[in-house]
Amino acid sequence: MIRGAFRRLTAWVAAHPVASFIVFFAVFPFLAPYQSLATQVLIFGLFALGFNLLYGYTGLLSFGHAAYYGLGAYGTGIALAKLKVASLWVGLGIGLGTAVVGGAVVGFFCLRRRGIYFAMLTLAFAQMLYFIAFHAADLTGGDDGLRGIPLHPIGLPGGSLSLRDPLAFYFFAYVLVVLAVAGLKRILDSPFGAVLQAIRENSDRAVACGYDINRVKLLSFVFSALFAGLAGGLDALRLTVVPVDSLYWSTSGQVVIMTLLGGAGTFFGPFVGAATYLMLADRLSIFIEAWPLVIGVIFMAFVLFLPRGIWGTLTAGLHGR
Amino acid sequence: MLDISLQALAAQVFTGLVMGGILVLMAIGLSLIFGLMTVVNFAHGSFYMLGAYVAFSLMGLTKSFWATLVLAPLVVGALGLLVERLLIRRLYGRSPDDPLLLTFGLSLAMVEGAKLVWGKIGLTVDPPKQLAAAVDLGFMNFPVYRLFVIAVTAAVLLALWLFLEKTNVGLIIRAGSRDALMVRALGLDLNRIWLLVFGIGIGMAGLAGVLAGPMRGVYAEMGVEIIIECFVVVVVGGMGSLAGAIVAGLLMGEIVSLTTFFAPKLAEIVVFVVMAVVLLIRPSGLFGEAGLAE
Repeated sequence: MIRGAFRRLTAWVAAHPVASFIVFFAVFPFLAPYQSLATQVLIFGLFALGFNLLYGYTGLLSFGHAAYYGLGAYGTGIALAKLKVASLWVGLGIGLGTAVVGGAVVGFFCLRRRGIYFAMLTLAFAQMLYFIAFHAADLTGGDDGLRGIPLHPIGLPGGSLSLRDPLAFYFFAYVLVVLAVAGLKRILDSPFGAVLQAIRENSDRAVACGYDINRVKLLSFVFSALFAGLAGGLDALRLTVVPVDSLYWSTSGQVVIMTLLGGAGTFFGPFVGAATYLMLADRLSIFIEAWPLVIGVIFMAFVLFLPRGIWGTLTAGLHGR
Repeated sequence: MLDISLQALAAQVFTGLVMGGILVLMAIGLSLIFGLMTVVNFAHGSFYMLGAYVAFSLMGLTKSFWATLVLAPLVVGALGLLVERLLIRRLYGRSPDDPLLLTFGLSLAMVEGAKLVWGKIGLTVDPPKQLAAAVDLGFMNFPVYRLFVIAVTAAVLLALWLFLEKTNVGLIIRAGSRDALMVRALGLDLNRIWLLVFGIGIGMAGLAGVLAGPMRGVYAEMGVEIIIECFVVVVVGGMGSLAGAIVAGLLMGEIVSLTTFFAPKLAEIVVFVVMAVVLLIRPSGLFGEAGLAE
């Protein structure tokens, strides 16, 4: 009985992913233990969504997604704090542009190698950006992080809205993340999205079908960087600080863990994974200081025994994930 | 004035050789394990870190650097065998991404585990008294310990080469990395060979950690830092190529060391620039075969 109801619910969610997302995250801040956690789930879910487009749908494992998250964050932060851009929208736009250009350049280099080398290269280039940000202290604040990002009211048709209230900020992020989720759905449903999944399943056959798979992969990489960059820009606004660690390998690792916990290659996996990770970290850190140890062990258990992740396992057997 | 800076430059070249040697010890193990099992061991750096910590503790117990130098790599290698048996073996036959992900999780756990056991603050290790002095090489003074590290690295590489080229087991290892299916068809038990190679590779990482401790200090994040450098080395040298690992490892050691001398701020960045250039000119790496395990 309960099982049947759950199946019908998951089937409806699978058939109407964007609508489900809109409904669930509209009430989420009132369900979450506290509001700032809800905002973090949105932002890191978006970051993981970008990673998932590349790994889950295209089959390319990036171990350096901190790069695009960090570029988005620094781009937005530097535009607002150093260049004194007066509009939040323009600041976010500059952050997105930085992430996209960074994604295109790094993607070009990394895609010269396939398979396991790709993962190593993405990690290496992300670490290079970390060192650059670390040493270019005049621009980035170096080790202290980029401080003093002003949170201007956003200009909307018919007035402006202050984002200082946490709930207002949540719904500001919510609107942008909903647009990103709808954008992802559009990408996946397009012929381009079908080629991505063809590359994941069998790249040789995709070549034989006449697709220029390097171009498709690069485009997927750039879209992925775009989503990660938006997440970074939003996080810079949420914190009004960009810590230099946002480019560190541990940030890349976080998004890998989130996505795999939730379920790589599933539509909601990234958000399920982000929520699981953040709540786990929140609870665990009360009891033990070495909470990443526990996360590492849980992650290993998932790789070994639950490779589909939480959402992938729950919805296994349903058509159209 | 010129004399002094030439001396400093020579010292820096030697230091590059030492750091390169450590990278070679690491990258060869990584490459050997990958060549045979297509497993990229992200935790390789964490075993290096563990080697340094275990050496610190063993030094306290045995009061002997020489005993530690032999025992610590054995302890770390034995742990590597356990990891292969209990964790990595379950993933053979799955996508090569899966062992990489698994060992990433392991590495995260090991870093935090090391902080729990040995504390969050880095430790310093002194080189043994016999090697603590500096030796006059005629044109400069150089710490004896660093010369010792170069000698140990060379000896281990020579032993490994003899093992791979001159023994039957070495022959099976080389054959297995060419064509595992064929070797199995000939009735050889590759599972035991895998275990052995994993143990050797991890043991070498442990040894690299023991040797690096007195020069670089011991801290929990040292492993992840060096694994990224090792990835650069195998991309530049060509994964699965032992000659590539040696040449690229020494090259990277020299590049970092010399950049530190001329432009310290760029030292951490320049290796990645070299990597990008190699990718543009020769995507399969200096010694790599195009298409190997891609």
